[in-house]
Order: sequence, then C-alpha cells, then structure tokens
Amino acid sequence: MRIKKTLGGKYMRSYKNDFPIFQKNKKFVYLDSAATSQKPKIVLDAIQEYYATYNANVRRGLYPIAEKATKKVEKVREQVARFINAKDPSEIIFVRNATEAINLAAYSFASHNIAKGDSVVTTIMEHHSNFVPWQQLAIQKNADFVVLDISEDGFLDLDLKIKKAKILTLTHVSNVLGTINQIKDIIKQAKAINPQIKVLVDAAQSIPHMKVDVQNLDCDFLAFSGHKMMAATGIGVLYGKRELLKQMRPFLYGGEMIKEVSIAKTTFTDIPYKFEAGTPDIAGIVSFGAAIEYLKSTGIETIQKHENRLIAYSLSRMKEIEGLTIYGPKDIEKRSGVVSFNLNGIHAHDVAQVLGDMDICIRSGHHCAMPLHKRLGITASARVSFYIYNNEEDVDKLIESIKKVKKIFKYG
Amino acid sequence: MDRQTLYREELLEHYRNPLNFGELSDYTVSAKQTNPFCGDDVEMFIKLNEDKVEDIRFTGQGCAISMAGASILTERVKGKVKSQLTKFSENDMLNLLGIEVSETRKKCALLALSVLKDCIYGVKSKS
Repeated sequence: MRIKKTLGGKYMRSYKNDFPIFQKNKKFVYLDSAATSQKPKIVLDAIQEYYATYNANVRRGLYPIAEKATKKVEKVREQVARFINAKDPSEIIFVRNATEAINLAAYSFASHNIAKGDSVVTTIMEHHSNFVPWQQLAIQKNADFVVLDISEDGFLDLDLKIKKAKILTLTHVSNVLGTINQIKDIIKQAKAINPQIKVLVDAAQSIPHMKVDVQNLDCDFLAFSGHKMMAATGIGVLYGKRELLKQMRPFLYGGEMIKEVSIAKTTFTDIPYKFEAGTPDIAGIVSFGAAIEYLKSTGIETIQKHENRLIAYSLSRMKEIEGLTIYGPKDIEKRSGVVSFNLNGIHAHDVAQVLGDMDICIRSGHHCAMPLHKRLGITASARVSFYIYNNEEDVDKLIESIKKVKKIFKYG
Repeated sequence: MDRQTLYREELLEHYRNPLNFGELSDYTVSAKQTNPFCGDDVEMFIKLNEDKVEDIRFTGQGCAISMAGASILTERVKGKVKSQLTKFSENDMLNLLGIEVSETRKKCALLALSVLKDCIYGVKSKS
C-alpha cells in the first residue's frame, strides 16, 4: 500500500494500486467515472474465477457448480439488499443497467396505473434515461408530462404540480450539475401533498459515492447500474417495494420466470424472478458482489470524504482559470463527485479532445441531458468526475492541461 | 494523432476568424443542420448564378473542427459549378481539413459538407 501526502497535510492511501488499469500507464488520468468507473483487481479476479471454476447456468442444473453459481447469485442479491437496506432480497431485481431498471418500472408498473388525464412528473435535471421513458409513456397514455424546474444554483423546485401525479421520478444526484437532491425531504413532502404518489429514484450517480438507504428515503423504486460502482458493465438493479413488485406484471416473458406453462396459459413465478426472464448476466452479478465488497471494505463514508476533498480542491483551482464557468451548486456539501464547466470561447469537445491527447480522460457534450443543457442556455459542457482512485495530482494535471488548452486556442 | 496537428494553427485561425461568416440576404438556396453529438449547427446560404456559386456564407456555432470546416469549405467552393460540388466527397473534405479525425469527431468535420450537399440537392430552395 502506497501512502501519499495530500495537500491538507494528512496522509491518505493511494487507491490507484488496487486498479490494474492505472498500473499499465502511470500518466493516465481518469476523470470520467460518472460515465463508468474503473474496476479493482478483486472484481476482475471474481469474474475470472467464475468462468474458470464454476461457470454454469443458474437455477437449473443439479450438479455442484450449478448449485454454487445459483448460491452465488442469491448471495449477491442479499449483499445488494443489505447495501441499500432493502427489507428483503426479493425486492432486488437484476437488470442490465439503470436505464433498463427505469424502463422496467415504466412498463410494468406505470403503464398499468396511468390513464388519460393523470400526470407523470419528472425534473429538468434528469438523464435522458429517466426522462424519455416517462415522456413516451405520457404520450402513449395521453397523460400530462410535468417537468419540475431547477433554481439558479441547481436545486429542485418542488411545487404543487404533483397533486394529480401518479408517479414522481427524479434523480438523486445530477450527472451534470452534481447537485445532491434532498430526496428524503422531497419524498416526504411529495407524499404529504399526494399520499398515493409513487416515487422512483434514479440512483445511478449517487450509490457509488454515498450511503443510500431505501427504507430511510421511503422511495418506492430505486434504479442503479453496477458499472458505475466498480462492477462489470451489463448488470444493474431495480429495487421496488415488495407489495408493489407483487402487483406488477412481468415485462419480459420467457424461461426462469414461470411457475407453469400450458398451451392456453402461463402462471408466473414469484418476485424477483418473474422479472428476470432468461439467463442472467451471472458473471456481472458475481462482479457486483466483489464490487460491493470493495466499496464496503473501503468504506462509503471514506469514499465520500475523499471525493469532497477533491471537489473542493478542484473548484478552488478552477477559479484560477479566467473565463472558466462552473455549473451547479457552489456549496460543496450539496454536490457529489461531478464538476461540469465551460471555457469561454472554446467548445467543450475541443477541450476534451486536447485533454484526451494528453491522456486526461474527461467527458464533453450534453451528457445525455439535453433538456438540462437547454435550460442552462448551453449546447455542451465539459465534465470531470471523481472516484476513490483519483487524487490531487490528477486535479493538478487537469488544471495545467486546461491552461494549455487556452494557450493552444489563444484565449486569455 | 498528435494534438498540435489536429488543432493546427491554420484551422484555429479559421475558427477564431471564420471566412464567409454571416447571412446572405439574396441567396438562392439555403440549408441548416445540427450535429446532436456536439450541439453544433451550421446554416449555409448560396447565391447561384446559373450553376455557378457566386457567393456563399454561413452562420452557426460549434467546435473548432466544425466551424473551421465550414470556413474552409465555403472559401473553397466559391466560383465552382454545381457539378463540381456534387463530386466533392467526404474524403475530399477531410483532405481539405488536412487532419486525421477520430470516428466520433467525423460528424464535426463533415457537418459543413453535409449542409452544402443539402443546399445543392435543393432541400430548401428560396423561390
């Protein structure tokens, strides 16, 4: 374990050593974890171990490795349930990613509960994955599609528009602004106004970085992806309250989700399996278990503190740069590990391209949030996002490189 | 691909001070396109004298590659006839820019050409 002195004078562990990708290229600076995180060695090893020693389909075979694989999948389900403090593992449905989780909720729950004249409420700060499914559903059902606005520093302005709403769907952390929505208060307020309302929380950007407790939040659904929290791509989760999931119809039909099939009809099996037709991404689930183990042993509070320090440092250093506009809340306590910005007179793609050629990976564009960019009056922004493996040195390199971009473009 | 070559000085100069930038009131054909990847947009106005491009201008906003591309392309096609423009290929455009662009940035590099083609094939004629 390498110990590094940080600017604050405190010593902290360098987590980069846990991630093989940083070993190959020491110059590599990865600042795009909001798109996908890097994977620690224990996650890669777990995938390798599954394929090399107990690769078998689940819930079918009666031989030892099939039983081991089945047991492992259910163990990870329990791990996930504990990680988000769900009441029961059956409330955890394995899907491909947060997008699929949201679509599943939209098709299986909302489409059966929304009729003409009802309303579906979302916010302007959503990722397209939590915007388009609801917009399309509202169009199909002739329902009202209500979009809540943000205030100047990026906070939701919850108003009485939710009175008639069947569902409120909103993000926990904005993937552009980094705003942490006060979900618990919002849900409490929403349910006080409208006790029948169901709330879906898009936790794709929050779960990797902070404690999320579904019982404490009292959300009805929670969607997230494994790959943003160090697991493999291809695995995600829809959490739903048991009583809701039980009422819901399956979204995909096929194997592993039935009790009995005859020519005339089919009876479906219990939750969560009735939503998991077909062979699941077993290796992905295995990787998810290892990722949760890594997050737990590192400590989610440690991760959050580490990122807060990096955000504070990067915000203060970005202020050095003339013509750089930062989006989102000014108060670091109210934002998570994402900082979006623009350089005056230079397109975000040009910034990202110049940085990319210096081995500094950031994201540019509309970050799948076109309505929000329009609301901000911009077409694109550059975004840096942090995780446990980033350090102040990464920020220093970023700042130096942004200064070089300005030099190349001769602005400022 | 080396940074210095992608953002070579000539391109950056076109980006900072684009040629033929602005609207043309007495245009014959015009077209507009948006590149959703970047949010870039280019609108082009061409004044034709029979088949010849007598004047051409563009407006829009976007990244260095797309704006410099529009500047260079409009300068190149001035005085050319329609048949020469229809033959102008994507490769010709990339050669004109003189840079190697990645797959993701190709849309930026080819945006102006795509708008020019819309103009030629008469997507939106004034008349």
